[in-house]
Amino acid sequence: MEILGILIPVSLGLGLLGLLAFWWTLKKGMYDDPEGDSRRILRDDYDDKPKR
Amino acid sequence: MSDISQASAPRASACPACAAGDASLSRARAAPLPDARLVLSVPGAHCAGCIGTIERGLEATDGVRSARVNLTMKRVSVAAEAGLTAQDVIARLDTLGYDAHELDPGTLSMTETDRQGRDLLMRLGVAGFAMMNVMLLSVAVWAGASDATRDLFHLISALIAIPTVAYSGQPFFRSALRALRAGRLGMDAPISLALILTVAISLFETLQSGQHAYFEAALMLTFFLLAGRYLDFRARAAARSAAQELAALEVPRAIQLIEGQEQTVSVQDLAVGDLVRVRPGGRVPVDGVVTEGRSEIDRSLLTGETLPAIAAQGSTLSAGEVNLTGPLTLRVTAAGRDSSLHRMADLVANAEAARTRYTTLADRAARAYAPTIPILSLGAFVVWLWLSGGDLRLSMNIAIATLIITCPCALGLAVPAVVTAASGRLFRKGLLIKDGTALERLAEVDTVVFDKTGTLTMGTPVPDNLDQHSDDALRVALALAEASSHPLARALVTSLQARGLTPAEVHDLREAPGYGVEGEWQGESVRLGRAGWVGATHAATTGAYLSLGDATHSFTFTDALRPGACELVAALRAQGKAVWLISGDVAPAVEAMAQRLGIDNWRAGALPQDKSEAITALQAQGARVLMVGDGLNDTVALSAADVSISPASALDAARAASDIVLLGRDLAPIEDALRIAGQSNRRIRENFWQSGLYNAIFVPVALVGLCTPLFAAAVMSLSSVTVSLNALRLK
Repeated sequence: MEILGILIPVSLGLGLLGLLAFWWTLKKGMYDDPEGDSRRILRDDYDDKPKR
Repeated sequence: MSDISQASAPRASACPACAAGDASLSRARAAPLPDARLVLSVPGAHCAGCIGTIERGLEATDGVRSARVNLTMKRVSVAAEAGLTAQDVIARLDTLGYDAHELDPGTLSMTETDRQGRDLLMRLGVAGFAMMNVMLLSVAVWAGASDATRDLFHLISALIAIPTVAYSGQPFFRSALRALRAGRLGMDAPISLALILTVAISLFETLQSGQHAYFEAALMLTFFLLAGRYLDFRARAAARSAAQELAALEVPRAIQLIEGQEQTVSVQDLAVGDLVRVRPGGRVPVDGVVTEGRSEIDRSLLTGETLPAIAAQGSTLSAGEVNLTGPLTLRVTAAGRDSSLHRMADLVANAEAARTRYTTLADRAARAYAPTIPILSLGAFVVWLWLSGGDLRLSMNIAIATLIITCPCALGLAVPAVVTAASGRLFRKGLLIKDGTALERLAEVDTVVFDKTGTLTMGTPVPDNLDQHSDDALRVALALAEASSHPLARALVTSLQARGLTPAEVHDLREAPGYGVEGEWQGESVRLGRAGWVGATHAATTGAYLSLGDATHSFTFTDALRPGACELVAALRAQGKAVWLISGDVAPAVEAMAQRLGIDNWRAGALPQDKSEAITALQAQGARVLMVGDGLNDTVALSAADVSISPASALDAARAASDIVLLGRDLAPIEDALRIAGQSNRRIRENFWQSGLYNAIFVPVALVGLCTPLFAAAVMSLSSVTVSLNALRLK
């Protein structure tokens, strides 16, 4: 049962990490144009660097 | 010394910083409307190819720094140099094959809406991640963790759940408080009660080393309800942004004459007495009297007349009319709020106030359902208190289980999920839904009333008797017509060129604004224009006349039908809907159109009031009326009808008055709209029945005390998921 002492903080940490990642994507406006983004990945225009 | 001062003088202005300062100053003075960022609506964009074509095409244009397409909103935002206007970009997009309308970036900034949306999404995200973590712990408890381990897990769950509910539940708490203050129960008060009581009792149980804690249920409730709330918000934000987009469609600018100099200004800055120049092809921005110039005026948007009217010195013009042939100078008699456009808007506001507020399906369901939640759980509490002989803890647990099961998770998702799916489908077909309840109202429509000019027709004339004329006459007409920008002349050019004709050699071409074009052909004077000027007799229909020596020729025109008009009317009749044509145009033109489309019920010469009265009369007979119109003369009728649609080419007052806007040229999507609206109403009803069924089955289970936390979690997710899936069945 001592393993719980490690596993619980790890699971909480992973959850928090996911939440932070979500917050970051939200902040960066990644949900502004889902339709367009899903089409843009099919183009090779900015394979080398992202379009600003 | 003199040498030095001479040498330093040019150097002073050559200093790059000074020069830049000067330039920016003069630019600021020269351009009263700095346009660094342009936003355009591009309804035709729909695929990866479109993104590439538009972005690459625009970025290759001079003055464009960068262009970015937003396919979800069907917009392109352009970062441009100061000199570039939206017209240039629209012209460029036209050559690329896309229709575009300018949007006002100021109106579109939507920072408040954006902030609200992100706020809700963040709360949803927090609830989601907390739910996952607590669920992990709960699964361990359900799997058989006991004693100290179970208590520890419950305690950690409490540590996650309490702050999460406090943060994520705020939208419900706030609106519950608002409703209670206003003396209403609403849906949010029972929801808030359930959230707070569940968390409180679970905490109490945890501290007492109890067997059951409902933390994951409280979080799931928060998560699913927030999801519904977010979808609802998105649908309403889309509706709001549609309204803003439409307000932004007409960027109000006018060319003001200040001491003989033309200057572009905002219409709202104009005052009575100012002089305004209206170029051929331009829309009259204000009410005014012509002081200089002679031209013809297209009044079709305001009155539905297809024939242009003459405007000369002293004529009164109203805002919204289109100047056709010659430049005009107006003295402003009424601007902004006082103009005839705005007076019409007031009429519309009255008509809207008279329309009774529509009670949506969701309102009706919530009103019936909201009181049952607290009543049922209070009943369960009292009965179990009596049955168990005063076991407060047991009764409380059962009351909470009942509260969780009855909480309207699925109900909260039932409507927003369907409306989101439906308006997404319709947007892809080119329809903007401005009002959230429009779909429900559309589903009940059994009578459709059309306007003629600009709605069923394109508002552009097409010559229909070219075969009656000799090739010589046609070639001379083509040469003359090419010299004019009058819509009839343009129409002649288009159809004559389509026949492969080349223009005759006509010399000394000269346009007489308001009359026509004249020139010299093989030593003879030739004229194309009004009957009186040319010397021909006036025919009954819209026409242009050509004089060749002694002979005169008349060209008659009909208005081109909008694509999809025939199919739409046929489809509506096939569905058994009554179709009406009510126009302000003269009887022969309206009758011809009605016969062409197979519409039995038509009225001509209708004034704005006549149109709305006709609709009210239909409604009095029990009909649910859909009005489709575009003109200023339709606006009162549009707001009087149960639901209304206008094309994007309509005047902004008409678009503002209607519930749905058609972005493309084609009328066919209206039929899709009716079909999808009917479907979505069915789905909403199904969803209500589905969630009602869940409750009917599982509330008794909770009432007899058999509902464990695991059971509650399973039921809640099952009902929410089935309701969402049902919404997605919409085709």
